[in-house]
Amino acid sequence: MKKKLDLPHILTVIIIIAIYAAVFIAEQHMPPTSMLFTVLKKGATYALVAVSMNLLNGFTGIFSLGQAGFMLIGAYIFSIFTIPVEHRGIVYQYYDGGVIQFTLPVLIAMILAGLVAALFAFLIGLPVLRLKSDYLAIATLGFAEIVRTIFQWDKLGPVTNGSNMLRLFPTFNDFNIKNADGTVAVYLSTIIPMLIAGVCIAIILLLINSTYGRALRAIKDDEIAAEAMGIHLASHKQMAFCVSSFFAGVGGAMLAMYQTTVQAKSFTTAMTYEILLIVVIGGLGSVTGSILSSFLFVAASEWWLRFLDQKQVINGFEVPLLRNGFRLVVFSFIIMIVVLFFRQGIMGTKELPDLFRKKKTAEGGAK
Amino acid sequence: MWNTVFPYLLSGISVGGQYALIAIGYTMVYGILRLINFAHGDVFMVAGIVMVYMAASGLPLWLCIVLDLVATAIIGFAIERIAYKPLRTAPRMSIMISAIGVSYTLQNLVLYITGGLNQIYPKIPWISDSITIGSATTKVVTVVTPILTILLVFALVMLINHTKVGMAMRAVSKDFETSQLMGININSVISTTFVIGSFLAGVGSTLYFTNYTTVIQTSGAMPGLKAFVAAVFGGIGSVPGAVVGAFIIGIAENLIKGLDIILFKMGLISKPMGLAIFSDAFTFALLIIILAVKPTGLFGEKSIDKV
Repeated sequence: MKKKLDLPHILTVIIIIAIYAAVFIAEQHMPPTSMLFTVLKKGATYALVAVSMNLLNGFTGIFSLGQAGFMLIGAYIFSIFTIPVEHRGIVYQYYDGGVIQFTLPVLIAMILAGLVAALFAFLIGLPVLRLKSDYLAIATLGFAEIVRTIFQWDKLGPVTNGSNMLRLFPTFNDFNIKNADGTVAVYLSTIIPMLIAGVCIAIILLLINSTYGRALRAIKDDEIAAEAMGIHLASHKQMAFCVSSFFAGVGGAMLAMYQTTVQAKSFTTAMTYEILLIVVIGGLGSVTGSILSSFLFVAASEWWLRFLDQKQVINGFEVPLLRNGFRLVVFSFIIMIVVLFFRQGIMGTKELPDLFRKKKTAEGGAK
Repeated sequence: MWNTVFPYLLSGISVGGQYALIAIGYTMVYGILRLINFAHGDVFMVAGIVMVYMAASGLPLWLCIVLDLVATAIIGFAIERIAYKPLRTAPRMSIMISAIGVSYTLQNLVLYITGGLNQIYPKIPWISDSITIGSATTKVVTVVTPILTILLVFALVMLINHTKVGMAMRAVSKDFETSQLMGININSVISTTFVIGSFLAGVGSTLYFTNYTTVIQTSGAMPGLKAFVAAVFGGIGSVPGAVVGAFIIGIAENLIKGLDIILFKMGLISKPMGLAIFSDAFTFALLIIILAVKPTGLFGEKSIDKV
């Protein structure tokens, strides 16, 4: 691929910079409790995890369902190493303050979270990546369940706090720059997570567009042909699996910061399914699609469709069916419609720059 | 020693029988469509919920059970027609995603209908009574399950080996396209498979929820996954294999639940280790080991394309 900066790429860069600038400005002027920021924070987290899953399921053709497991590892590693020493006595109240008595800086803890997730991926990848599609899916899913159990085991309590909650570690709000008197001078609690996710996704994009990335696509299209072309299947799959897990781990750390608490029992198979469905809605094989659909999914579930869960009375007429849980039912049906009738998802395999190539339609798709 | 182990063994055999009834649905569908029907565990859960609501409507209990089984079979049939049939020529990944979508939909529908609260499963007379066998006090259902399972499996094996539908099923699972050329209506064969699988899951749910007494939207996920592991362990596509696998997993799981107490009574450990939480994890560890060591399972055909 030539490093030529053509118009579509320049436009893409401008749009991305504009979005970041808009978020930064909005954050300084709107109340920090606005739903918009909740959506952007959670959306950024999900976008990173969805893109990392897309790298496996969409680009390499490895149907892995272990995402929640790697996120759990990331979330735990991050929170275990960042809880301030003075708070450990409260958090680890049943385990005499735990065994780890030091803290790491946030950024290093995040990278460590990714590395440990990648290490686990490497180990589990050795037996599991030999398997074909559905067997791989069920084996990785099983792995996620095993991880969830191990982290809840009472004997590991001094490290993982057993089945109790981990809390009081740094959260997104700690990114805000504060004055001496405690008032916030510059709000950064939304822009920093978005930047972290952005940098991680950019790295994944670089990988996808490299020789390795093209090899991965070749594996997806036809394993035998790819092998005949001299691509070493096992090492390429292993690499994709580890890279994907690394970013799932980082995503897990971000989720921990978003939620402000971590508990192993919340990282269920249902979480993996949700991320998989986000990837499918965005389009298997499109990074832009995964990002868009993450934000759409989070915005719809946390904000726009919330009204479906409450009773609505319009002019004295009570709208039927609306009560707790209806939002999820509507969601499920949208998902089934996408899965059955729009298998391409929002973007198919297209990326943002591709949208500008088709002259006139450019404005419509990019937003 | 025996008195400590026996109650766990007994409940293991019982749970194993219930897993077996679910596992048959997985193994048959996989044999024919090469699809892991991720929604099967949720069909099992829906059967439980339907039963709760029917019993609440005041119908006689025996009629409820019959109607519940019919309803479950219809649900299985409908899922196949709506969610899997349109994707028959699509890549395998699409059908699997569709199956996951169905699972998500069923769980959310039940969450909406029940409000996410635990539903108390109706008490079925006789099989809910308690009896004492040796050192164990248990419900009659514990004893009934393995017997009923074996009877049903026997009937199913007869059906597969000695009837025309069974022959068609065997043909379709051997070679999808050729059997179509031979004039077999594959759509009706596939529907039959789903109906039988869902019916057995319905029977399994009656037995399982009589034992565990509450149903919630996530009740089907874990038994479903374990039954799938049982099907793989026994060799997927093989009905007797799935049954043997299910019994082994059921027993192993329950022995691990009691492992702390058993080891303690044997004097091997001095205080509880909290090992009981590994009862679920063990099943999946077993899955990964069996896939790595003997991917065809205990009774599987040689040439299945899984590695």
